[in-house]
Amino acid sequence: MIDLRIHEHPILKFDRGRELRFIFEGKEMKGYESETIAAALYASGLKEFMHSFKLNRPRGIFCAIGVCASCAMRVNGVPNIRTCIAPLKEGTIVERQERRGEFPTNTVKKETKKEELETDITVIGGGPAGLSAAIYAAKYGAKVVLIDKAPKLGGQLIKQTHKFFGSRKHDAGVRGIDIAEKLIKEVLDNKNITVLTKTSAFGYYEPMTIGAASNERSTLYKIKTKKIIMATGAAEKSLIFENNDLPGVYGAGAAQTLMNVYGVKPGDNLIMVGAGNVGVIVAYQLLQAGVNVKMIVEAMPKIGAYFVHAAKVRRMGVPILTRHSIKRAYGDGKVEGATIVQLDDKWQPIPGTERDVEVDGIAISVGLRPTYGILDQAGVKLKFVPELGGHVALRNKNLETSVKGIYIAGDVAGIEEASTAIMEGRIAGLSAAIDMGLAGDDAVELREKVREELKDLRAGPFGERIRKGLEKVEVL
Amino acid sequence: MDNRIVCRCMDVTVEDIMKAIEEGYTDIESIKRVTGLGRGPCQGKTCVPLAIGIIARATGKSPEEVGYITPRPPVKPVFFELLADEEVEE
Repeated sequence: MIDLRIHEHPILKFDRGRELRFIFEGKEMKGYESETIAAALYASGLKEFMHSFKLNRPRGIFCAIGVCASCAMRVNGVPNIRTCIAPLKEGTIVERQERRGEFPTNTVKKETKKEELETDITVIGGGPAGLSAAIYAAKYGAKVVLIDKAPKLGGQLIKQTHKFFGSRKHDAGVRGIDIAEKLIKEVLDNKNITVLTKTSAFGYYEPMTIGAASNERSTLYKIKTKKIIMATGAAEKSLIFENNDLPGVYGAGAAQTLMNVYGVKPGDNLIMVGAGNVGVIVAYQLLQAGVNVKMIVEAMPKIGAYFVHAAKVRRMGVPILTRHSIKRAYGDGKVEGATIVQLDDKWQPIPGTERDVEVDGIAISVGLRPTYGILDQAGVKLKFVPELGGHVALRNKNLETSVKGIYIAGDVAGIEEASTAIMEGRIAGLSAAIDMGLAGDDAVELREKVREELKDLRAGPFGERIRKGLEKVEVL
Repeated sequence: MDNRIVCRCMDVTVEDIMKAIEEGYTDIESIKRVTGLGRGPCQGKTCVPLAIGIIARATGKSPEEVGYITPRPPVKPVFFELLADEEVEE
């Protein structure tokens, strides 16, 4: 029987908790209480999770964090459940669905709840920015509601096993996972912060109201709030190539979630597409998880990642091919290989340079794109800024957007690092508390200090692109 | 059959978008309406950046001119029973 669970790891120890039994298409399967349904199924070797609704194409895990719905299945008779964020429970019945799925069958009408909450500040997103915003607003007595769709707080920090760069006072040398634990504990210990995990903020309504729902707890929330801090982060970008939707093609972040959060190997032999920091760092972590990374291809003429990271994977024998890209994925129902091709100076494939690489996984790391949905619904002015990853909100230096009372922090404000997201979260949290009249001169002074620290983090040649991007949007 | 997928939720291919452009739709909001792009459960998180690139290259417009689409509520899947449940009047 296939078991892709990682049992030995140089950094991580996987405490999987109690063993559970569940039923997948009539067969009894084994999983653990720390796993999601998708993680348990993936560990058993399943690649084909669903078929697409129009073209009936096989699909599998693509984002692993509840963004894309390519892992939707029928769970206990209910179709379209994103199994990558659905915690595994004893006796769960899981089936694959065709296309959109049949209507729920034999479901007993559940008790549903409607809750109306009133709060000072609503923070959407429990990653480094959202957690920091909540902590710094609550510090001054603001009542905060913090919403996150995932079962666990921490956003994408909970899979960052590498040590952070930056200046000594900003957690440089500390692993992301440890920073996450610290922030999560602070939030959970704070009486002013109400935490709603497994809860999706799904829309903005006038005036200053957030609609949210927890399918898990059968609860619909109407949250009336004085201020909103959007820390919704980003989604992984994808690429156009033949069969780019074949199961086994996934975001580098998805591979990272599977191996570092759930301790499940994404595959045995992988190719990484993109040699920026994410691509190279995840490639290294794949090697740590016992996955063979056959190569990294990069369309640009040079490697985008920091030299030390790139040097490390090269030392471990992973070739980085610049001016190369992926042309197609191939395989029957799942990835069995990738065709790569060399590019010319005008980014065009050079005929005759194609070659096939046998892999069972293709990880894509071509950048991230801010998740602006609810901001846009609220009428916040957005601008396309390539340096910041795509459409981002115009803002003032207190991180307030063009709509009074709505603030931004973290990747949604522009793709950067966890360290800068933390600083932005602090500024947004402080600004919301100050603008409500809860915090006085000491908070203004503290905000000034944080702003200076943030400036330090963005100094130097690596911050140049970000500084250029910010000039275009810090205009209010 | 084009096997280069732009919108995973709604199965929109590169060819579908090129066809829409040939028919005269050159902004992303119109292309959303004719192809279904970005109208699935994820509300455009993966496809919009890809589509912006394709449309910009094919039309010569800048990404800013191509525009973006407004993700509609619910931006995350919500059980119907939560939204449609009837309030019982006392």
